[in-house]
Amino acid sequence: MAPAEDSNKRKLQVKRFVPSENPKRTYLTDETGVWAWMTTVDHKKIGIMFLVAVTFFFFLGGVLALLLRTELLTPAKTFIEADTYNQLFTLHGAIMVFFVIIPAIPSGLGNFILPMQLGAKDVAFPRLNLASFYIYITGAIFTFIALALNGLDTGWTFYTPYSSSHSGSSVIWVTMGIFILGFSSILTGTNFIATIHKLRAPGITWGKLPLNLWSIYATSVIQVLATPILAITLLLLTMERFLGIGIFDPAMGGDPVLFQHFFWFYSHPAVYIMIVPAFGIVSEVITTFSKKHIFGYWAIAFSSLAIAFIGFLVWGHHMFVSGQSPVATTVFSFLTFLVGIPTGIKVLNWVATLYKGSIDLKTPMIYIYMFLFLFSIGGFTGVMVGALSADIHLHDTYYVVAHFHYVMMGGTIIALLGGLHYWWPKITGKMYDEFKGKIAAGLIFVGFNMTFLPQFIMGSIGMPRRYYNYIDQFTIFHQTSTIGSYIIGIGFLLIAYYLAKSLYNGEQAPANPWGSRALEWQATSPPHLHNFDHIPVVINGPYDYHKPMEEFQLGLADSHGAHSKDSDKTIEMTEKEWVDYNLD
Amino acid sequence: MDRIIGGLFDFMLPELKSPLTGASSDEIMAFIHIVSFIILGGVTFALIYFAVKYRRKSEDDVTPLITHHNQLEIAWSVIPLLLVIIVFAWGYKGWLNLNTAPDNAYEIQVTGFKWGWTFRYDTGAQMPNEVHVPAGRPVKLVMKSEDVIHSFFVPDYRIKMDVLPNRFTTVWFQAEEAGESQVFCTEYCGTSHSNMLAKVVVHEPEDFQRWLSEQGSGGGGTPVERGENLISLQGCATCHSTDGSTLIGPSFQGLWGSERTFENAEPTIADENYIRESILDPGAKIVQGFQNQMASFEGRLSDDDITDIIEYLKTLE
Repeated sequence: MAPAEDSNKRKLQVKRFVPSENPKRTYLTDETGVWAWMTTVDHKKIGIMFLVAVTFFFFLGGVLALLLRTELLTPAKTFIEADTYNQLFTLHGAIMVFFVIIPAIPSGLGNFILPMQLGAKDVAFPRLNLASFYIYITGAIFTFIALALNGLDTGWTFYTPYSSSHSGSSVIWVTMGIFILGFSSILTGTNFIATIHKLRAPGITWGKLPLNLWSIYATSVIQVLATPILAITLLLLTMERFLGIGIFDPAMGGDPVLFQHFFWFYSHPAVYIMIVPAFGIVSEVITTFSKKHIFGYWAIAFSSLAIAFIGFLVWGHHMFVSGQSPVATTVFSFLTFLVGIPTGIKVLNWVATLYKGSIDLKTPMIYIYMFLFLFSIGGFTGVMVGALSADIHLHDTYYVVAHFHYVMMGGTIIALLGGLHYWWPKITGKMYDEFKGKIAAGLIFVGFNMTFLPQFIMGSIGMPRRYYNYIDQFTIFHQTSTIGSYIIGIGFLLIAYYLAKSLYNGEQAPANPWGSRALEWQATSPPHLHNFDHIPVVINGPYDYHKPMEEFQLGLADSHGAHSKDSDKTIEMTEKEWVDYNLD
Repeated sequence: MDRIIGGLFDFMLPELKSPLTGASSDEIMAFIHIVSFIILGGVTFALIYFAVKYRRKSEDDVTPLITHHNQLEIAWSVIPLLLVIIVFAWGYKGWLNLNTAPDNAYEIQVTGFKWGWTFRYDTGAQMPNEVHVPAGRPVKLVMKSEDVIHSFFVPDYRIKMDVLPNRFTTVWFQAEEAGESQVFCTEYCGTSHSNMLAKVVVHEPEDFQRWLSEQGSGGGGTPVERGENLISLQGCATCHSTDGSTLIGPSFQGLWGSERTFENAEPTIADENYIRESILDPGAKIVQGFQNQMASFEGRLSDDDITDIIEYLKTLE
């Protein structure tokens, strides 16, 4: 090395900060009380409020699903009327999509974890973050008003002209609710993009960004770009219904297929808003529980961005039988297959990560195993319905219902459960019951497959979706499916029970129970109000399991830390690194 | 060979009764199933094998540093890419066939409404919720909706198409043997969506002719007769000749199926949707050499009237 370069080296004084195992002050002990929570700008508390709200809606949507499945036990009426049934499946879909799956990982878990993985004190715009939550609640209130009035019976897709001119339900209240809800999504996305760009701790270059954050970054970009389309579409629908301006209803000179284009232009990218954050959780959990460096870091990071980009170009694959132009149909089919490639790359990279690892099948890892299996089935059946001639037969049957449940539930919800168990000790400071955790995971796995595998078969035989009555030949499939859904229900109740119980008498969680190298695990459990007492300095990647734990516990030596040890260390770096590390 | 492998998945499909439309769909489904099972089996095996072989022995386990492997990444990008290109091309081929009705297809007019179906024949006969067709001959359904969007689905034929209120859509099939097949509506349309069922009844050709003549003309003549009548009643003939001479507007003779060139739009073939548009929104496409003089017949002609006029125009070769 030339001496001239040597003189350019700058020295950074760092210290080792070992997280206290028994923190006296945490974000849960500071700023307590209902009012403090309601007005908090702490990303952790806001994340928890989102998680509580999402859990409430998940319970609601889940009960609706069980009612639906119960009605379908017999071919004709079992216990509710057709109109009620139509309301139930509409609300199940709308609630699960807009109120659960879209916000659950980014706004809930993501809010809690993102600044911690960046070594930041909070998100870039803490007040905006709180606003996101209240906007979400406002959207929810509008939806409840609709429920109290005439409900909603249009399907979560709001297809015109049924929704604009024929339905007698409270369409406008719901579209306005979702319109408002969209702003929550947009603001959270904007906030996260700004935070990832501007608030990374010294040393976190783009190449050291945890893959969870690459996923959230890709998701945020889609949220910011796609959500306004949904907003304007629902606004147009509202104008048609309320003011009689003909946009989609042919009776008023509109075009109903135009609505489908607008709707899916948002709602297909929204599918990636729902699944891409789950990819982030998988990368975090799979490395921690195999103590292994992630395989193909850049392949996984860039495939998230590729999915986010291509995801904008495939909306027409929901419309192969809609009467859209044949040329468009052909192009959409081709592009749809392209989006499958980066998804497949991810799965294979995760599997390769396990090779020669040290695999510990704790509950979070079990969920990730379930994810890889179920999501793969969701992916393959996605290829099936992307193939033009096959889709003509399968479109709008239970095959499609099973396909998207394998992706949305087998993918997103299962990964969310994995993430929830993984970060539970960090969030609450308590350990959950490992044994009950595995039992519940097993119940959900069995119940899930029992519910949705028969749906592939009956859909393929010809059972259309959104049917209140069905012809006798489908009875056995529907009954198996219904029993499966009850098993899923029991699994979720068990999870709710042992997680709630752990809050009261769970074992005290260590700061880093899984031996993870990720930055959030170098804070106390639960973390301090401002996450870290010191400014963390990151010299290794988040998956460098071949390096000793000490190297992951460094912070700026002149920051105030109560738990620092006398292991002063000096990092030498060039001027360029100094700038890259954000040190001035 | 295809049929043998495809046979593995027959339990997932209803009996195929229109091989000309459905065989390709069944083959591609079998192909995707087989490839998917192989890959899924491999992934699942690897997951379980790794979990057993590399299970954690102690908390101090040290793992090797393996960050990436370019050849592997390329392999598992390119091989799936080739596979999906095969699937795309295969699906496209089958779909093209599904979209191209043979020229000699027997046409039936279909109307979907909340909540039922009406089928009209060239004799003027009408049938609710039952469409009778001859075996061994391609049948083309020209469909429209009276209200919201519906969708016409026959699992036995592997065909499905949305039925729209503002345009015509078509499907075709060829049932090879006499028998019955179930029709479902597959686009959610309200309270009785799941009761919006119909049946396809396939007759031997001679039985079909007998059945059709038994139905009579449904009163008011055949669609062609009614169409001709409307042309004179509505005053169309004042501007549009039926003998090829040019009046204020272009002649009806030879109109059907011809390529039209316009003052204000891209050229198009004169099909159902073009004629429908020209009646309801005459200014949208003005034929080269003419001016926009015609008023819209929106509200003056019903959808059925328009269908009848189209049937009449088809006869003016």
